[in-house]
Amino acid sequence: MNPFSMPVQASSHAGDIDTLFFFITDVALALFLLITVVSLAFLWLYRRKGRATFTSPISHNNRLEITWTIIPTILVFVVFFWGFRSYLDMQVIETDAMEIKVTGKKWFWAFDYPNGVNSVNELVVPEGKPLKFLISSEDVLHSFYIPAFRMKMDAVPNRYTAIGTRPTKQGTFDIFCAEYCGKSHSEMIGKVRVVSTTEYNKWLEESESGGNVSPAEFGAKLYISKACATCHSVDGSANTGPSWKGIYGTKRKLADGKEVLIDENYLRESMLDPNAKVAAGYQPVMPTYQGILKDKQIDALIAYIKSLK
Amino acid sequence: MTTTQALSQAISELKEERNYLNYPKGIWSWLTTFDHKRIGLMYLFSVLLFFFVGGVFALLLRFELISPGKDIVGPDTYNQLFTLHGAIMVFLFIIPGIPAALGNFVLPIMLGAKDVAFPRLNLLSFYVYIFGALFCLYSLITGGVDTGWTFYTPYSVETNTNVISMTLGVFILGFSSIFTGLNFIVTIHRLRAPGMTWFNMPLFLWGMYATSLIQVLATPVLAITLVLLILERIWGIGIFDPAMGGDPVLYQHFFWFYSHPAVYIMILPGMAIISELIATFSHKKIFGYRPIAFSSVAIALVSFIVWGHHMFTSGQSDLASMIFSFLTFLVGIPSGIKVFNWVATMYRGSLTFQAPMLYTHAFLALFTIGGLTGIYLGTLSVDVHLHDTYFVVAHFHYVMMGGTVMAFLGGLHYWWPKMFGRMYSETWATVAAALIFIGFNVTFFPQFIMGAQGMPRRYYTYIDQYQALHALSTYGTWILGVGFLIMAGYLIMSLINGKKAPKNPWLGLTLEWTTASPPPTENFIGNPRQLWGPYDYDKVLMDENGFVVFNPNVPKDDHHSNGANGQTHKREGKTTTMKQTV
Repeated sequence: MNPFSMPVQASSHAGDIDTLFFFITDVALALFLLITVVSLAFLWLYRRKGRATFTSPISHNNRLEITWTIIPTILVFVVFFWGFRSYLDMQVIETDAMEIKVTGKKWFWAFDYPNGVNSVNELVVPEGKPLKFLISSEDVLHSFYIPAFRMKMDAVPNRYTAIGTRPTKQGTFDIFCAEYCGKSHSEMIGKVRVVSTTEYNKWLEESESGGNVSPAEFGAKLYISKACATCHSVDGSANTGPSWKGIYGTKRKLADGKEVLIDENYLRESMLDPNAKVAAGYQPVMPTYQGILKDKQIDALIAYIKSLK
Repeated sequence: MTTTQALSQAISELKEERNYLNYPKGIWSWLTTFDHKRIGLMYLFSVLLFFFVGGVFALLLRFELISPGKDIVGPDTYNQLFTLHGAIMVFLFIIPGIPAALGNFVLPIMLGAKDVAFPRLNLLSFYVYIFGALFCLYSLITGGVDTGWTFYTPYSVETNTNVISMTLGVFILGFSSIFTGLNFIVTIHRLRAPGMTWFNMPLFLWGMYATSLIQVLATPVLAITLVLLILERIWGIGIFDPAMGGDPVLYQHFFWFYSHPAVYIMILPGMAIISELIATFSHKKIFGYRPIAFSSVAIALVSFIVWGHHMFTSGQSDLASMIFSFLTFLVGIPSGIKVFNWVATMYRGSLTFQAPMLYTHAFLALFTIGGLTGIYLGTLSVDVHLHDTYFVVAHFHYVMMGGTVMAFLGGLHYWWPKMFGRMYSETWATVAAALIFIGFNVTFFPQFIMGAQGMPRRYYTYIDQYQALHALSTYGTWILGVGFLIMAGYLIMSLINGKKAPKNPWLGLTLEWTTASPPPTENFIGNPRQLWGPYDYDKVLMDENGFVVFNPNVPKDDHHSNGANGQTHKREGKTTTMKQTV
C-alpha cells in the first residue's frame, strides 16, 4: 500500500473528505516550505562572521503583520466552511434512509436490521442505498468507526447517536472501535460487507433461518458471526471463556462450588444469562445474548456444541 | 602581608564566590529555602525525573507495538502503560515543567527582582507538587490506572484499577499549578525593576503571564471534575451515570474545559522561551514585539472557548460542533503570527548555532508541523475520520514534544550556565540534539500516515497492514532514547568538570545576564535598573563579562527603528561611547 494513500473510498462523502484533506495538505505544505526555506536562507545569509556587533534596528512592519494575519485567516475560514458543509452531509440524514441499529458492548458490535435480523461484528449493507446508523452502547463509551466510509460516531450508553452515509463501492472493509473501552478495545473489530441489493436480501433471509444447512453447520457459522470465537475455543485451548470441545454431557464445577450437568438447558441459560452459573476459574465477563440470538440460532449453536467431541 | 600572599588570598576567595548554590549549606537549608532559584532547581530535578519515568513507559509501550499481538506485555498492562505515560508526562512533567523549573529560576532575575512576590507560597507549591506526586506514585505501585490520562466515564467509574489515588494526586498537583500561576501574576505586576514597563519587559514574561492566567482560571475546573469523578466512584452519585439520569458526555465537557486551556499552559511557556532564544542567538531585536505579546494573551483567552473540538464525534449537537470548529481556527492564527515574527527576527541578524539555537530551530520546524496538523483536526468532516486515530497522537506529540520539550531543552541549555556556573559540551549537545530531532521525526511522522489510514489509538494490537509503520515508529523511540541518554551524560559531566561559565556566555541583553553565573542569593548586587530594552541589540553590546558598549552611531529615526517600547531616541550630537561595568 502506498504509504501516503488514504483508505479506499467506499462511501458517498469519502471523496469530498479526501479532497479537503489534500487541500489542507497542500496549504500546510506550502506554508511549511515557506517558513523552512526562509529560515534556512536566513540561517545561511546572516550567520555570524567574526565578532558580534550591533545589528539592524528593524523591529516591526505593520504591513507585513497585517498580511500574514489576513491571508492565513482567509485560508482557515475556507477550510472551516468546506469542513462544515461536508460534515452536515454526514449528519443530515436522508429521510428514506434504511435504519440499522448499532450496539457497542464490551467487546463486539451488534447490528439490528429493519426486518428483525441481527448480526454480530459483521455488518452487511446494500450498495447505493442511503443508510442511517442509530448507535448506542450497553456499557461504556465505544465509537463506531469505518475508515473506508470516513465515518465515525461515539456509542454512548442510554442515548442514541446517529450518522448517515451511502456505500458506493462493493467490498469488505474494517470496522474499528475508536473510543477506548478497556481490555479488548483493540480487538473489537468488525467487518462491513457492501454487497448488491439482491445479495443483501438473500443474506437477510439466510441469516434468520440458516438457509438449507443442518443446525450444526448453521451453529458453526454462528460461532464465528456472533463472536463466540472471541472467547471460546473449539479445540480445547484456554481463553477468556471455557472451550467448547467435548463439554456436552459432562459435569462442570461452578465458581460458587456447585456442580452442574452441561445439557441443552445449561447451554441455553449460559447464552441468555451468562452470569447465573459462572464456570470455576473464569471471570463473569460474558455479555448476554438476549435479543441477539433467535431461538432457531440458539438451537443451532447447541447442535454445534454437541457435535464437538 | 606580601603582594603574593594578598594576591593568592584574593584568588582563593574568587574561586569560591558566594552564590545561591554554595550558601547557605546543608540539605535542611535547601528543604526550607524560600529562594526561588533553589526551589526552581528542586522542581527541575523532579520534573526531569518524571520525564525519565514517563519516557521509560513510552519506550515500553512502543516496544509492545513493534508487532501485533503480545510482544512483552498483555493488554491490561499495555493499557496501564499508555495511561501512566500520559498522566505522568502531562501532570508531573509538562504542565509544571517550564513554569516551575525554569520560570521559577529565571523570572524574578529577568524582572530585576530579588525573588517572587510570595516566596513562602513558592515553597508551598513545591511541597504540594511532591505530595500530589506521591499519590500518583502510590497509584502506580498499587495496580496503576488503565483509563487513559483522560479518565473518561463510564469506564473510569467501573474499572477496578487505582483511579482514586491517581485522580487525588492530580487534584493536589492542580493546587501547585495555581499557586505558581498566582505568584507569577503578582510578581510581574508588582516587582518589575525601575525602567521596565509592560512593553519593554522581555517577552518571556508575557508568555509566563499568559500561562499564569490560564493556570489560575482553568485548574479549579479540573479539580472539581476529578472530585465529582471520585464521588461517582465511591458513592455512585450518578452525575455521569446514564442509568441514574446522568450523562457520561458531561464528564468530557468538564474535563476538556480545563484540559484544552491546559495545552496552552504547556505551549505558551515554550513560546516564551523561543522569543528569548531567537533574539539572543540572532543577536537582534525581536521582530513584532507587540504582536507577539498580544498573541500570547489572545491565545490564553481564546483557549477557553474551544474545548468542544475534542468532542466532535461524542454526540454533541451539530451547532456546538460548528461553533467550536470556528473558534478553533481562530485560536491557531496568533500562533502562526508568532512563528512568522520569530523567523523575521533573524533577518539582518548575526546568528550563532549553539544548542539553544538548535533547539529553537527544532521548535520552529516541529511546532509548525504540529500546529498545521491541528487544522485537519479542527475541520469538522476531516476530524470525523481522524478523531481517536494515530493522527491525533502524532499531532499532540508534535506540539507538546516537538514544541514544548524542544523549547524546554533550549531554555535548559540557555540558562544552564546561569543556574550552575558551568558550560556544557557544545559538541555532545549537538550530537544529542541531532539524535533527538531525527528520533522524534522517525517516531511520530509515520503516525500521521497511520492515522490517516485509519489506525485507531490506544490499541494494544492491530491488523497487519499497519505493522510496517508501527515498527518504524518504535525504532524512532530508540534513537530518541539514545539522544536523551547522551544529554544526561554531558549535563552531568558539566556539573562535575564543566568550564566555568562567564556572566553572559550568549551575549544576551536581558537582566539575568548582568549578574554572576551562578547568581548570589539576592540575585543582584544592589538594586538593578532597566537601562536598555531587552532586545536593543542595535544599540547595546554586552560582552561575556558584563562590560557594556553603547552604539555610537545611533540609528536614524525612521519608521522602522522604534525601540521595543515604542520610544524614539533622539541622541544627535552625542558620539562618545560609554564603558560601564554592570
